[in-house]
Amino acid sequence: MTAGLRSLLLAAASSLAFAGGAAAQTLTIAVGAPVTSIDPHYHNLSPNNALAEHLFDGLTGTDSRARLVPRLAESWRAVDDTTWEFKLRPGVKFHNGNDFTAEDVAFTIARAGNVPNSPSSFGIYTRVVSEVQVVDPHTVRLRTRTTYPLLPVDLSNVMMLDRQTHENAATEDYNSGKVAFGTGAYRFVRYTPGDRIELERNDAYWGQREPWQRVNYRIIVNNAARTAALLAGDVDFIDQVPTTDIARMKQDNRVHVSEVVGLRIIYLALDHSRTDGSPFVAGPNGEALDRNPLKDVRVRRALSMAIDREAITSRVMEGAAIPAGQFLPEGVYSHIPGYGPPRFDPDGARRLLAEAGYPNGLRISIHGPNDRYINDARIIQAVGSFWTRIGVRTQVEAMPWTTFIARAGRQEFSAFLVGWGSSTGEASSPLRSLVATFDREKGFGASNRGRYSNPELDRLLEQALATVDDEKREKLLQDATRIAMDDVSIIPIHIQKNTWAMKRNLRHDARADELTRAQDVRPAN
Amino acid sequence: MTVYLIRRLMQSALVVLAMTVILFLGVYAIGDPIEILISPDADQIERERAIAALGLDRPLWEQYFTFLGNALQGDLGRSFVFNEPALKLILQKMPATLELALAATVFAIILGLPLGLIAGLKPDAIYSRVIMATSILGFSLPTFWVGLMLIMVFAVQLGWLPSTGRGPTAEFLGVQWSFLTTDGLRYLIMPALNLSLFKISLVIRLTRAGVRETVLMDYVKFARAKGLSPNRVIFVHVLKNILIPVVTVTALEFGSTIAFSVVTESIFAWPGMGKLIIDSIYVLDRPVIVAYLMIIVFMFIILNFTVDVLYSVLDPRVRLQDQKA
Repeated sequence: MTAGLRSLLLAAASSLAFAGGAAAQTLTIAVGAPVTSIDPHYHNLSPNNALAEHLFDGLTGTDSRARLVPRLAESWRAVDDTTWEFKLRPGVKFHNGNDFTAEDVAFTIARAGNVPNSPSSFGIYTRVVSEVQVVDPHTVRLRTRTTYPLLPVDLSNVMMLDRQTHENAATEDYNSGKVAFGTGAYRFVRYTPGDRIELERNDAYWGQREPWQRVNYRIIVNNAARTAALLAGDVDFIDQVPTTDIARMKQDNRVHVSEVVGLRIIYLALDHSRTDGSPFVAGPNGEALDRNPLKDVRVRRALSMAIDREAITSRVMEGAAIPAGQFLPEGVYSHIPGYGPPRFDPDGARRLLAEAGYPNGLRISIHGPNDRYINDARIIQAVGSFWTRIGVRTQVEAMPWTTFIARAGRQEFSAFLVGWGSSTGEASSPLRSLVATFDREKGFGASNRGRYSNPELDRLLEQALATVDDEKREKLLQDATRIAMDDVSIIPIHIQKNTWAMKRNLRHDARADELTRAQDVRPAN
Repeated sequence: MTVYLIRRLMQSALVVLAMTVILFLGVYAIGDPIEILISPDADQIERERAIAALGLDRPLWEQYFTFLGNALQGDLGRSFVFNEPALKLILQKMPATLELALAATVFAIILGLPLGLIAGLKPDAIYSRVIMATSILGFSLPTFWVGLMLIMVFAVQLGWLPSTGRGPTAEFLGVQWSFLTTDGLRYLIMPALNLSLFKISLVIRLTRAGVRETVLMDYVKFARAKGLSPNRVIFVHVLKNILIPVVTVTALEFGSTIAFSVVTESIFAWPGMGKLIIDSIYVLDRPVIVAYLMIIVFMFIILNFTVDVLYSVLDPRVRLQDQKA
């Protein structure tokens, strides 16, 4: 039997297996966040990265639970403290037939941080590499400036390109399809900005064969419209199901819902930067204070104990979140087992406040975005009423993210709601960005907008970032996390669940990192 | 006429210049795009690199004059998020929006004129009252709500029409249009209807008011007395005279239909300019916001201009050179 005939018969057989025949081989996905570029190195943004996962592959990848898995590299090891060696998968071809070799790794590492006009580059993952040494076509050694155990994790974000095709190619050439060739499970067909990306199966893929002949990756930003498109049968699969619809959808026998606890923590940041009075904190009668009560750990702990996290996750989030007491959920590397969320204890909180010298309470304003995180404005309203109950009269002010985040970055607020997605799936990410002392040279505390600082935590974190041994590093990260949480550097509220909905004849392996990929969707049997 | 046109053109140029200043300051005041665009994982060094890459480290006046200089050469800047020329992005999306706005205008005329005529000729009949009451709803119901209801009824419940998106398109004059394919038309109906609700009501009201005023005019009475057929009286003597306000308003409304198709486009995921501008505002893609608003300013200026000229054609009493501009 010729190969052509065999594949024809296979296709016929598989189309019989799915109800609806050829139509079932097309998967139409609707995502809520716009994909803005096909160039995998132009803008480091999760919707773009999710799409890039279809067309391209990294050396490493992460599975649905954020654990590191091999992709274009079959194995890797630390040769010494500053050298990583990657063994590449042989026989991998780009969509245009070119071979994937070690030269391409060198080219990719050089390009990732140097795309013109990039508003957020991949240089944060590749900057640490000082030298790429091509040992043979399938072996490459990366030398790092310092001991850097996270390199294999960081490289899971960097999609591999072909030197021959992509040298001198501009972002527009990817968008037009001229050079949109990767090694990924799907090939590029067409891209209409703000509307859709059409893909087709890469039959020469090195990995498992995909069940979908074609994939339509549509962008429907409006929540209600996206849900309606699924219910009307125009699309097969949607992400970011609004929390108000989840319960109803679970009842609806036309659709199937998949969810998983994610890696995004929603928390309150507090002003640690000022010692003499914080702009939105005042005495019980509105009088200015000569010291910042938020510098007192008893006050911070009281504010944290005053929040009924169960009420927020069950009522405001309608079950689409779990109460949080640390950065990462159970089952993820560097989570501290048994370290739960602070107990809800309004009486204890009042006692702590009195002990700290505020028996008559305080006044405070809490700020937050109203268009960024799921139910963000409603969460701070809930927090405001919990705080008011322990005598901290709280004003709540929600505003658009664009205005909010610029002001938060200038340290204008006293207490404010933000979220953090730990893309690496380990605690080094939030520790380094959110609670480590702000330090430009080390790249620490870039999102530490409350300017929390604790030398002991910094020391443990630096030690962890220089420890290649996974077990030892996990212990150090847990110790650092415990310090950050015991000291209430931030007030964790909850960790979001990621939710998708699909036609009932589909199944989905829900990803903790929020990425929406056709590879995770399968026909149900 | 020539003097008038020249004077109008010079005024328009001033308006455009003033708009660039207002726009630039306004967009600058909304917030800092870097905070939105940058990956949360970025450290301080990456942040500084990105600020410099987008030219945001320059003082505002320098950014403005760079923009103005490029704009005079037809370059309205590059989109921060798409890394493509802003003008190209907008022009790519324009046919979809134009098509939607045209379809909505057609709906407004073919539904609004006859209904308005009926309501004007028989003001006391029950059906006329129903028409007028419905037109109040058309004015006052919010578009996004009506849009969602349309989707719920016709797409989710009845399954007659596709819920969102733009269907298959066919090429005509080098541009993709969806009204040329039957499937494309099915995608067009709901968003166009949703967008035209306000305009239908407006045309009904204008037509009715015009008819009520005109039927009492002497020349209409005279035409009747002369024994002309009622049809001829209505379609020649009445309709022709009430067309002037209807044309004016429809043309001016056409501009706002394009400019404010934002809501309809985002609900129906219609890939037009309105959806582009909303997406761009969310991420503070300054070049696209500025370029889009500049195009809208241009469009309004041209439309007003055209209406003035059309006036003189439709109404011989209007002489452009007689006006003091």
